[in-house]
Amino acid sequence: MSSRRDFMGMALGGFTALGGIGALMAMKKTWDPLPSVKAAGFTTIDLKDAQENVLVTEKWRGKPIFVLKQSKEMVEKAKKAKEMDRLIKIEDAHYMVAVGLCTHLGCIPGYDAANESFLCACHGGMYDGTAMVTKAPPPRGLDVPPFKIDGTKLVLGEQGPEYKKMLADGTTLPV
Amino acid sequence: MAHFEKANSLNEWLDQRIGLNTLKKVMQSEYWIPKDINFLWAMGMVLAATFGILLVSGIFLLMYYNPSTDLAFDSVNYTIMTEVGYGWLWRHIHGVGASLVFLIIYIHMFTGIYYGSYKKGRELIWISGMLLFVLFSAEAFSGYMLPWGQMSYWAGMVITNLFSGGSLHADGLVEWIRGDYVPAQAYLSRFFMLHVLLMPLAIIGAIVFHFGTLRLPHVNNQEGKEVDFEESARLWKEGKRAESEVIPFSPVFLSKDVFVMGVYFIMFFYLVFYHFEFAMDPVNFDPANGLSTPTHIYPEWYFLWSYEILRPFPTDPGLIAFAFAQVIFFTLPFLDRSPNVAPANKRGAFHIWFWAMLADMLVLTFMGKLPPQGIWSTIGLVAAITFFVLWIALPIITKLEKKL
Amino acid sequence: MNKELKILGIVAAFTLVLYWGVEPFAHSQMHKHVEGHNFVYDGTADIEEASKDKKEAKKKFWSEVKEIAKLKGDATAGEATFGMCAGCHMDGAANMGGVTPPSLEHAGAIYDKNFLIALIKDPAMATNVDHKYPNGTMTHPMGSISSMVSAPQDIANVVAYLKAKKAGEVTSKEAFKEACGRCHANRYGKLTQLGEIPKTKSNIKTGQDVDKIKYDQKVAEEQNALADYLGKLPPDLSIIYRARSEHFLETFIENPQAQLKGTAMPRTGLNEEGYEKVMEYLAQTGDPSAPARAMAGPWVLGFFFLFTILAYLWKQSQWRDLH
Repeated sequence: MSSRRDFMGMALGGFTALGGIGALMAMKKTWDPLPSVKAAGFTTIDLKDAQENVLVTEKWRGKPIFVLKQSKEMVEKAKKAKEMDRLIKIEDAHYMVAVGLCTHLGCIPGYDAANESFLCACHGGMYDGTAMVTKAPPPRGLDVPPFKIDGTKLVLGEQGPEYKKMLADGTTLPV
Repeated sequence: MAHFEKANSLNEWLDQRIGLNTLKKVMQSEYWIPKDINFLWAMGMVLAATFGILLVSGIFLLMYYNPSTDLAFDSVNYTIMTEVGYGWLWRHIHGVGASLVFLIIYIHMFTGIYYGSYKKGRELIWISGMLLFVLFSAEAFSGYMLPWGQMSYWAGMVITNLFSGGSLHADGLVEWIRGDYVPAQAYLSRFFMLHVLLMPLAIIGAIVFHFGTLRLPHVNNQEGKEVDFEESARLWKEGKRAESEVIPFSPVFLSKDVFVMGVYFIMFFYLVFYHFEFAMDPVNFDPANGLSTPTHIYPEWYFLWSYEILRPFPTDPGLIAFAFAQVIFFTLPFLDRSPNVAPANKRGAFHIWFWAMLADMLVLTFMGKLPPQGIWSTIGLVAAITFFVLWIALPIITKLEKKL
Repeated sequence: MNKELKILGIVAAFTLVLYWGVEPFAHSQMHKHVEGHNFVYDGTADIEEASKDKKEAKKKFWSEVKEIAKLKGDATAGEATFGMCAGCHMDGAANMGGVTPPSLEHAGAIYDKNFLIALIKDPAMATNVDHKYPNGTMTHPMGSISSMVSAPQDIANVVAYLKAKKAGEVTSKEAFKEACGRCHANRYGKLTQLGEIPKTKSNIKTGQDVDKIKYDQKVAEEQNALADYLGKLPPDLSIIYRARSEHFLETFIENPQAQLKGTAMPRTGLNEEGYEKVMEYLAQTGDPSAPARAMAGPWVLGFFFLFTILAYLWKQSQWRDLH
């Protein structure tokens, strides 16, 4: 066996592997979410009819979105707890907007309006009216979806300056 | 349990457990192939590679295909062709591959016929190969149903009607096959199952069997010469590469296979990117409509010859002729009465028979696609009769053949 | 080596003959040959294919069209006359006698002048579907035009107006919507006979999308009206680009009767520019992968060329000392 023979075999093998990588890249693209799925990742919700302390559930990218208009008392409470960063101010009202999936393992917490508190039935995690965690196991408050304020409307999926600020100061993790 | 020594390398570790070295010897380095061969001997590996390509492209099509009569058409023509990243590539590869796999199968078959590679000792190679042909046909047909276009629907209608057995009127059987009075949801679902599961499993099994039948009799060579494999293998192992009549499958035979595959892939991908229309009939880009038959219906090119054997006769004889055409190739090793293992050009009358058969099947193929009118019908009828005459003549002319 | 090339030659020859037989030859025998007319609408084909009793009427009609075409049209006067057309051809027009009148926003750009003249003169004759109106053009949905605009100079003026003012830049999608979209949907382009499919949202509590259901009902009613008027629902054109040859589409659009005798489809009267725009749109929805193919093709082929060269060198090195 001459070395040249081995060399050509290896060269061919290496070149074939290169083609294989190209094919794998095409396969990776095939596996990506479809453009129509991504385009559907925007939802507009109108907040003008929201009532204080009544939880509204919307849907965005297949996930439940909680919207909770804060009453005066709730805002006071949030101020005390230094959780105002978690609220979105539109005109004169404050809103809690969050992805309604427990940050522990993704169950949907239920809202108890009397106590202004969320309870996740799966593992007993609890959150307050700004969706900040008050009882473990969840590691953090509910995540805020990317949003942009458009008058009294909220466009979910787009990143407005208010959302970018929340991301930057660590109020929420990217969803 | 057997005793195991500590292994010093991964190779040794695997060898102890699965006999890696023996496996390599049996399948590669000491799987002896005669040296006197041409590129036609690479068609087996070309087929294996094409099957692999069909499998891979099929997997990616499967990710977005939707086997429902309402959604199938758009899941193929919109979702896969427009939305899925490189979806069009997988579909074009799958369509072109399905067509080319038959081209190579036919070349592979006629190579075997020409060089007498089905003779004594090699009958099972031929029969398992024909089995693969039938399985690939079923795979191709079931796959053709899936886009649920006009051709899918009407091919499904016509081909399943064949099972009514003509004047036997076995309509119950036809409905049983379809799961409905016409090809509909149940039909599409079950052909989907056949195409993506049962047929591929059967094909993979048959390929393993086909390879197995090859191991003891060894592949044939250009002159049909009986090679002393043991003696030749000994010479090769002593390093007398030029004196030996054989080469190992890997790497020597494989290096030629891979080169032939390279040439084939250039053609394959040229067709995929620039000339795919031949493999994707325009009529099938109209959605299935059970209330309107297209003006021209015809099978894909690889079924045309047997379709044409059915067409010129009245229903019952036509069905018998069709059934005959489907199975007759299986019997080749027994209808050829000559013991000569030699290329056709050395076999006198058989040489004529070979080219006549090839030409006849080509004519049948042409006529199968043309509208069955006027002169085309007549030519088709003559070619169909010729097909039978040739098969009846085969045992006679080979019996009379001189022993070489 | 020589022997192998000879064998390759035989295999290649058989393969090519096989291909020729089942593709170009078979298709040449299967399809009727129809001559194109380069989008000139002077009635030549109509007169040729007309039955004996109609030949004279058609000859007379098209020669009158020719006369009107010679007149110099006054666009300003035409604008006033066009007011009568705009009563039906407007935004949000309602279905009239089976079909919704199309927008004429770009009529001057995409339709042929002769055709427009003929159309105003006698819609059934111009679109070559007069066989459907044995009782005269008045029963055609646009038949009443002859009682509104009939003087040759008026016709010339309206056409001059269309050519001057309704001829702006037109996108391929607009061309499709105006010329084809009233009868043919294009679901891959998100178009129904009523235009763009609106974005709607389902109720989160019930999962029902009432707006979509209402819209779908409107589309279904429009389609029923079309099917009643035309005898069948005109096919969705999403991938007609792959279902028919380009030659078929060109000659069919020019004169539907030439390809499908007796069809209810009217001639649309597209000029060459309009036709190209429409085809561009059909290619977009019917063969969207063309640009991606053109991009990836050379790379993949280049890869296999190199692959084959390397494989050849490997084979040579392995087989060098075998003989």
